[in-house]
Amino acid sequence: MPLDQSFVGRTYPPTEPYEVGREKIREFAEAIGDANPAYTDQRTAKALGHPDVIAPPTFPFAITYRAAAQVVNDPDLGLDFSRVVHGDQKFTYIRPVHAGDRLSVTCAIEAIKSMAGNDFITITGTVHDQYGGHVVTSTMMLVVRAAEGE
Amino acid sequence: MATRLKYDEVEAGTELPPLTVPVTRATLVQYAGASGDFNPIHWNEKFAKEVGLPDVIAHGMFTMASAIRVVTDWAGDPGAVVEYGVRFTKPVVVPNDDKGAVIEVSGKVAAKLDDEARTVRVDLTVTAGGQKVLGQPRAVVQLA
Repeated sequence: MPLDQSFVGRTYPPTEPYEVGREKIREFAEAIGDANPAYTDQRTAKALGHPDVIAPPTFPFAITYRAAAQVVNDPDLGLDFSRVVHGDQKFTYIRPVHAGDRLSVTCAIEAIKSMAGNDFITITGTVHDQYGGHVVTSTMMLVVRAAEGE
Repeated sequence: MATRLKYDEVEAGTELPPLTVPVTRATLVQYAGASGDFNPIHWNEKFAKEVGLPDVIAHGMFTMASAIRVVTDWAGDPGAVVEYGVRFTKPVVVPNDDKGAVIEVSGKVAAKLDDEARTVRVDLTVTAGGQKVLGQPRAVVQLA
């Protein structure tokens, strides 16, 4: 069964804030092998005009992906996660994430398309800080592969 | 100390210094822990093969993170990236040997977009084993 088009435009409640810590940023930067000092050294980050160490550009995905569980696990939508593949990913940044941010994500379903039995669902995650400022928007397209026999 | 690259120093066609990123199973385990993505296709060979993959594959988001390093190293300030998008077109297969896989990233300035905002578009090429693994990897960067 293709995903229900009437879900396009549905918005989910904002998530509980995720607090970005310096050591979490360091751990993430080490895991991607990125030694850029802006991620670990406060002096460097401040010299570049940031209030604290900043996070690598793809770091917000860890937060927006977790938030997207609301959509992926929405029983009304009925998405079969075992058949999901990450198709596209895009970030639009207002500013980089930095240590001390308390980030809340609002997820919305931007598009649903069906082609040759596969569904394509685009989920946006709009990320705001504790002051209500828009930080970054993640746009994630998931492919739900056709079930066998369909 | 990091310095920010200036818009006036860049032309369309400027090539960015390329990057080679080795990926082993240990890399994937470390990335899984740091990112919270514990999908077994990234560490469990038996599971990966059961779902039709040739072997364990790298997280697409790991490849995406590796690719943008070419831009952030070049721009001087990782905060200069204002837009970044990719399509995951081919998996990076990571065999369980001491070599693993190698991701190769290159990039060039495709266009200077806006003299006021000092933004440029960088087009990346990301390959593993000689094949492109990301489709249309592009970033918009705001230079000094």
